[in-house]
Amino acid sequence: MKIICLAGGFWLLLAPGALAQGSGMAFVANERDDTLTILAPDHTVVEQMEACARPRGMHFSADRTEFFVACADDDQIAIYDTATRALLRRIRGVPAPETFDLHPDGRRLIVSNEEDATATVYDVETGELLGEYETGEEPEGVQVTSDGRLVFVASEAANLVHVIDLDADAVVADILVDTRPRRFALTPDERELWVSAELAGIVDIIDVETLRIVGDIAFLPTGFRPEQVTPVDLMITADGSRAYVALGRANHVAVVDVRRREVIDYILVGKRAWGLALSADERTLYVANGLSDDVSVIDTGSLRPITTIPVGRVPYDVLIDDR
Amino acid sequence: MTCSSMIARLFTALALLLAPLPALADDTASFVYLGVDGDPYYEPQPVYTGLSLKDRHRPVDGARLALKGTRVLQRALGIGFEMEEVLLPPDASAAEAVRAAREGGALAVLLDLPEDRMEEVLAREGDKGLLFNIRHVAGRWRGPDCAPMLLHTIPSRSMLTDALAQHLRSRGWTRILLLTGDAPEDQEEAEAIRRSAAKFGLRIVAEREFVLTNDPRQRDSSNIALLTGPPAHDVIWLADTEGEYGRYVPYATYSPRPVVGTEGLSALAWHWTWERHGAPQLNQRFRRLAERDMRSEDWAAWVAARAIIEGVAQTSSVDPLQIAETIRSGDFRLDLYKGVRGSFRKWDGQLRQPILLATHNAVIERGPVDGFEHRVDTLDTLGADEMESPCTP
Repeated sequence: MKIICLAGGFWLLLAPGALAQGSGMAFVANERDDTLTILAPDHTVVEQMEACARPRGMHFSADRTEFFVACADDDQIAIYDTATRALLRRIRGVPAPETFDLHPDGRRLIVSNEEDATATVYDVETGELLGEYETGEEPEGVQVTSDGRLVFVASEAANLVHVIDLDADAVVADILVDTRPRRFALTPDERELWVSAELAGIVDIIDVETLRIVGDIAFLPTGFRPEQVTPVDLMITADGSRAYVALGRANHVAVVDVRRREVIDYILVGKRAWGLALSADERTLYVANGLSDDVSVIDTGSLRPITTIPVGRVPYDVLIDDR
Repeated sequence: MTCSSMIARLFTALALLLAPLPALADDTASFVYLGVDGDPYYEPQPVYTGLSLKDRHRPVDGARLALKGTRVLQRALGIGFEMEEVLLPPDASAAEAVRAAREGGALAVLLDLPEDRMEEVLAREGDKGLLFNIRHVAGRWRGPDCAPMLLHTIPSRSMLTDALAQHLRSRGWTRILLLTGDAPEDQEEAEAIRRSAAKFGLRIVAEREFVLTNDPRQRDSSNIALLTGPPAHDVIWLADTEGEYGRYVPYATYSPRPVVGTEGLSALAWHWTWERHGAPQLNQRFRRLAERDMRSEDWAAWVAARAIIEGVAQTSSVDPLQIAETIRSGDFRLDLYKGVRGSFRKWDGQLRQPILLATHNAVIERGPVDGFEHRVDTLDTLGADEMESPCTP
């Protein structure tokens, strides 16, 4: 962990306990009723607050005192105070933002603009548009490497992963992947980029060095047909041993042994599982179930659900304030 | 050359300098949209008082949209895409136009033709280059008049009635009053409804033909209340493809029963309110391009163009044979924006796809409805399955 801490701007991955902070609250973006549901550490609903039109992806600021919400239907990114949940400011004129990632410099926010076929870069302090890159139709997942040099953007409709070199200010590669790529996870050593291919029902593994696909993992929980398996969000644990993949319409989360590239288990959750969030100690996994309007809470030790919490309509993403 | 494609080229040039990229040949993948100038199908068809019940638009807008989405793919593949839009003069030969397209290197032709022109094309070109039917739901093109190289992205009539029958079955609305017109297309529709009812265990308790008239002597076949009286039924299934009678049926029935079919709840390939699986983005993109809502035929043209583009992407080539083979192979994966991947049936060239059951402003259900299973692919519960297909290309 110490080595990772030395990498600039990457202190978010600090070992649990070392800097345990935050309220332990979880924020859930409900894209259909324009609200955020706030969950207490004991899994009760604290509040359902009005947000903006179609809130989708969320991200903390570098120091975690603020968090950003992509408001897809009113073309802005809303910035809230983490502690008070008060609206601080907005970045306006961001066309249909879906998800984004924060550059390790803490200033540059790289956003996928679903309806504009672009990825844009904004300064989170001033709201200034710093750059724009052409992508395929319907860009979705965004992932920045920890050295801040490369940005990966998935284009759902074009079945491409775009590689942007921020220093060169250019798209340096377009990698053809399987049908409907959605989200990313990097292994902690950043040698492998995992990308979920929603309609192919698999995760493609890209070698970051050569930018080629070097493997894939297929999912098929018992009782489902391949066409029902639609993976979206995925996460890899800090030690790089385990991955969690939300399987969408298959209503399960897959647990994967990262090194062996093998599925260890499938956990039954709610309907159309998309968004995932891991607690700082990685003992609890939150799953946003878009079509059952609830969040499943999973104990990652036993790989069993602890509880299911009703939230707003069509929950999309979860953010936990516990670091 | 548009500014944006200039940008795309600029990016490609930069990319060349910085990283290895696949195939960088200056190949162009082209396909053709073929329609007939002055096609009566697209003429306004006003009914009484000048109202237009069917405001039809050429689905070429759908293909244009698909083409618009290829700019970045061009950057990735080093292959450009283009579509030639051909509107035939009324007396020109459609088969000749298809032949010219094929010999000119077109990967496929999207056929938006009246029936007689379809016959002409299939007779002479049906076994040569790839053809897409983006317009006709009639069973004949998937049955007695099918052709080896003809694919259909528009669903067949039987897929549509099967999806609706599944929904009625799952709701337990099993007693059907079938109300039909006497137009040939209404009769085809009624035949498909009878087959779907038998397939999914629905009972047609009465079948009545309506007549558009105010003649008091024909009251028993024009008065809606009389036509929708006993025997007891759960639902009224309308087969009125013109729509001039059917639009007056809902809320005017003898008993309070829902109306489905050509009015009320209808089975469609696409709907402008479909909100899942990326559909809002597709609908918005289409609206921006065509300044109207996307309809089933637009979607069929869009998905046909997408199939060609995807075939090029998967093979990284512009070889017509290789691409046709890839598109027709069982493991072809096409994003339909309807939640499951699409592929083409080997036996009749029909695109497997979910069917939307929608009112005028909402999608109520998506077929195949939960619970209807198939030994191979759930999508094959809709339409002619391999065993029952009359197609012997």
